[in-house]
This record gives sequence, structure tokens and C-alpha cells, in this order.
Amino acid sequence: MTTDTAVEAVNAARHYGQGQYAVKALDDVSLSIRKGEFFTLLGPSGCGKTTLLRLIAGFETPTSGQILLSGKDITAIPPNRRRVNTVFQSYALFPHLSVARNIAFGLEMLGRPKSEIAPRVTDMLRLVQLDQMAERKPAMLSGGQQQRVALARALAPEPEVLLLDEPLSALDLKLRKEMQLELKRLQTETGITFVFVTHDQEEALTMSDRIGVMKAGKLQQVGGPREIYNGPVNRFVADFIGETNFLTGTAAGDTVRIATGETLAVPGAGQGPVTLAIRPEQIRIADDGPLTATLTQTVYFGTDTHCHLRLGDGTDLVARLQSPPSGDVGLSAGQTLRLAPVPGSVQVLEEG
Amino acid sequence: MSERRAKPFSITAMPGFATIAILAFVLLYVPIITMVIYSFNASNSVALWGGFSFRWYAIAWENDTVQEATVRSLVIAVSAALIASTLATLAALGTTRRKKFKGQTFVYVMINQPLMVPEIVTAVALLIFFAAIKKATGYTGLAYLILAHSAFCVPFAYLPIRARLEGMDLTLERAAADLYATPFQTFRRITLPLMAPGIAAGAMLSFVISLDDVIITEFVKSAGQDTLPTYMLGQLRRAVTPEVNAISTALLGLTVLLLTAFFLLTRKRG
Ligand SMILES: Nc1ncnc2c1ncn2[C@@H]1O[C@H](COP(=O)(O)OP(=O)(O)OP(=O)(O)O)[C@@H](O)[C@H]1O
Ligand SMILES: [Mg+2]
Repeated sequence: MTTDTAVEAVNAARHYGQGQYAVKALDDVSLSIRKGEFFTLLGPSGCGKTTLLRLIAGFETPTSGQILLSGKDITAIPPNRRRVNTVFQSYALFPHLSVARNIAFGLEMLGRPKSEIAPRVTDMLRLVQLDQMAERKPAMLSGGQQQRVALARALAPEPEVLLLDEPLSALDLKLRKEMQLELKRLQTETGITFVFVTHDQEEALTMSDRIGVMKAGKLQQVGGPREIYNGPVNRFVADFIGETNFLTGTAAGDTVRIATGETLAVPGAGQGPVTLAIRPEQIRIADDGPLTATLTQTVYFGTDTHCHLRLGDGTDLVARLQSPPSGDVGLSAGQTLRLAPVPGSVQVLEEG
Repeated sequence: MSERRAKPFSITAMPGFATIAILAFVLLYVPIITMVIYSFNASNSVALWGGFSFRWYAIAWENDTVQEATVRSLVIAVSAALIASTLATLAALGTTRRKKFKGQTFVYVMINQPLMVPEIVTAVALLIFFAAIKKATGYTGLAYLILAHSAFCVPFAYLPIRARLEGMDLTLERAAADLYATPFQTFRRITLPLMAPGIAAGAMLSFVISLDDVIITEFVKSAGQDTLPTYMLGQLRRAVTPEVNAISTALLGLTVLLLTAFFLLTRKRG
């Protein structure tokens, strides 16, 4: 038994419906989330993120497999007896209770004495900067304020794990950026394990200690933001996290011969057919580069300029160059260029 | 662009709309207003105006039979409202807090039966049913009337309560469970307070419906168990005096008060 794991899913599966309507919302997921980490579940809509959170919170029971909390099997324990709290996407604040009573709710249900609840509520209100709003009803708050009440309410009972289901998706961009920082600050201050759900890869990269990328009910890869960005295990992950270019070819030891017939140096590429991924910012224009391409378009993005390129076999590539002070990279469409990936930046992917 | 773009159908634009509307309102309100005015008539006639007076209110007030009937009406209406809204609350919880089930429509119809079966049929059925029980037990108290009224009030209580529950976000109950509330605490602290306006509305509607029921009461009551409406009906068979107007006006006042409260409660949701 490991005491440094907060939550563990062991071969957890959740199926819905029957026969031809059967959906494997979660398909044999094993995952272990460490104590005190900011863990993000990332994946496209319908991939099973909410389902996994529901299993952890106890709103659903797995079709098979187990959920462990601090090493203890909690699969059969109802939600009200799990030291896990949820920040719902719709906030789900109790409309008939004041902000303060909303925040106190969990502590009251745990049977804590009033003398303990009152100061804790005051602390939580201060933590989320809502001291002035204690007596208001949720309907009298803005979206961002409601969001913070939901957060305070879930944090007040000091759960072992806090689950957050796309808590920022209803906020506008500016507020969203603010709340991202605030969430990160709260997580660091409280030391509580956060399991955060999002389908926004940028949000996942900036906030998380580790990320779990999901697709169609299956966990694709788990790792730190850099690890996932720089070493995606398959095409899906590479594509989902940031922009990337794909090349197919045949590996022979430390080189890969791509479809155009050109050869790239890729240490440890192995043998046989492979897919390569190269990030746009890892492509340089170099006269001695191994790739020849025709420039089809340049798009100015301020700090960057995106160059759309076409290889000999018709494969399209994007290279991201830093814009020079003049703003003009000095290239024109139709021009033939030689390209070189930054050494060590070419990733070899499993098909997936 | 088509030349004759069809205007959306508007009933207010139909010829004669205003006339019909005014006629309908006249038909609805003139009799009531007349009744109210004549309840303040000083003369013995319901048709000839003899000056303003509270005379008939005083007479009705001092009439022992009227007093007893009033108390009886109120006891029955309050009991029926309490019983019906309790039953309707349970029925609404049972029919909305779950996934759709087979026979759901059938259950709705069953619960709303009193709305669809002609009242006279229910009245006869109850008469026969209670007659058998009266014979077997010898009990002839108010319980029969209370039970009968409770039964036909259930659908009136059920509709607003169900509407309230259906408009309620299930995530709230989930959130309560997430915050360590047991199922009972969730019901007590979240579900019940949120459905309370619906229950109050249902109870008030039941009260009003029970208060003015004649048909079922007439059939079910034992001797000497007149409620206000059946007493008034009895009076009409003899000489009609403005006393009936006075009682009706008092009932009208009470009903308007309750219905206003009902609308205020149902409007202020969320
Ligand atoms: N109660 C249910 N009954 C049937 N199918 C369900 C149910 N809940 C979820 N599903 C299905 O399971 C799959 C995963 O759903 P889930 O809600 O976990 O996705 P998600 O990753 O949270 O997506 P989103 O980003 O859109 O919230 C979906 O295909 C969904 O249609
Ligand atoms: Mg979801």
C-alpha cells in the first residue's frame, strides 16, 4: 500500500446502455494520482472525463474495477462518506442559502461544532476574496463570484481530493486567466490534491503538475506537461496537445527515410514504418537542411510568423519563425526553401 | 421577397375581438359585483335596493347554524389541504425523482383521476362506499368528509408540487451528497426547502377547492353536517335573503386572499 497516492483507479470501467446502444464511457482505466498534486484530465468532448470524476466522487459505481482513496477501496462507499469534494461545472450552489451557509454546509453535515464552523467560513471567504458577500444569495453574484463560492464550499471541509469539472469553461477569457492563477494559488496554499478536468490543452499545460490525456474512454498518456508536449506517445496525443506536423516514413536504426525520399536523422527511430511528429517551432530554415519545401503562404501573428510549406510529395508542414523587428521574414510565396528540424526535436510515435 | 408576406395569426386583430372580450368579462364579473353590492343591501330582498347596511353580515354572523357550518368548512378544508398536500408531495417525489419508468403516464393519470371522472360519479361511489363503512362501524363523524375532500384535492396539490420539482436541478442533491449530507439530510436541507413554495401553493389550492365543494359534500355528509356551501344551497330552497350574498361575499374575500398568495408564491421561484 502506497500512502503517497491520493486516488487510484484500478481497471475502472463504466459502460452505459445495452446492445447496440452500449457506450464504453470509461474503458479499463488505471491511474494513480499523487497526494498534493495538480492533476489534469484532458481530452475531447465525450471521452469520459466526467465519468471518471463521477466514479471518484461516488455518484456512479464502476461497471468493473475499483477506486481507491489513500490506498483504501472506496468503490462501494456512497458519496457522502468519501472525503472528496466536487466543484461542479454548473456550480450547483444552493439557491436558498446565503454564500456563508453554502460554504458552511459541508462542515455542518460533518457535525462540526459552530465554534469551529464560523471562523472556517470567514477564512474561506477571505481566501476567495468574497468577505463582503457572505450574506448574499447565490443569484445575486456574478458568474466569477459564484465560481469562487463553489470553490470555497468544496474546500471548506478540507477534502483529501478536490474534483473540478471544467470549472472555468463558463467564464470569459480574462476572468478565466485570473481564475487559473487563483486555482493554482489555492492548490499550492492548501496542499489539497486537485483533479481538474478540461478540454483546453493550454489550460492543462499551464496549470498541471501532471496531465492524463484521454480518448474514447481510454487513458492515452500520463505525464508532466513538458513530457507530454515533447514526448507524446501517439499521434492522437501529439495532435491534441499543441500544433504539430506529421511525417510518415521508414525507420532504419537512427535514420528515417520519409515519403519524399529524403532522410532525417532520428536517433533511436527503430525499424520499419513510423510516424514522426515535429512541432512548428522546432523547424528552422537552413541551407544545408535535409528537407526541401515550397513556401505556400506566410501568416503574421505578431511575435511569430507561420510559414505554410509543401514537401515534394505534397505533405503540408507549418513552421513557426520568430518575427524579426521589422515584422517581415523576407520570404515570398512560391520560394523553395531547405528546412532542418532542431536536433532531438523529432518525435517517433506509435500509431494511435 | 414575397409580396403578400403572411402576417402571423393574431387573435387580437380579428374583427369583433374587443366586443367579445368585453362581453366575456361582463359575463364573468357583473354577477359577482352585483352579488357583492347586494350583500350590503338593507332591505329583505335580493333584488330591490334598500340602502347600505352591514345588517346581513351581522345576521349571518349571529346565526348559530352558519357559525357551525363555517367552523366545519374550515376544519374540513384545513385537514384536506394538509392531507392532500402531504400525499401529493410523496406522489410528486415518487414520480419525478427517478428515471422514466414503464407506466409513468398511467401513474400520472391514476393520480389525476379526480380531475377526469365526473364529480357526481365520485360522489355516488363515495356515498355507497362510506354507507357500508358507516353501517359496519357505526361511526358517523367528520372523518368521511375529510377523507373524501382529501381525495379529490390530491391532483390540485400534485400539479404545482410536481412542476416545482421538475424545475429543480438534480445536481443540487448531488452537491449535497458530495458535501457529506445523508439522503435524509439532503431531503430535509435541500429538496424540501426548495419545493416548499410548491407545497404551499398546492395546499392553498386544495383549501380553496375543498372550501367550495358542494356535490361530494352533499352526498357524503351525515345529518347535521352542513358545510357553508351546502347550508347555502339549503337556504336557496327556501326564501332567499341577502344573508346568502353576505356569506358568499365573505367566502369570495377569503378565496381571493388565498389565490393571491398562491400566485405570489408560484411566481417567485428560483
Ligand atoms: N448517463 C449516461 N447514459 C448513457 N451514456 C452516457 C451517460 N453519461 C455519459 N454517457 C456517455 O459516455 C461518454 C462519456 O461521457 P462523459 O460525460 O464522461 O464525457 P466528457 O469527457 O466529460 O465530455 P465533455 O467534455 O463533453 O463533458 C459519452 O459518450 C456519453 O454520451
Ligand atoms: Mg464532462
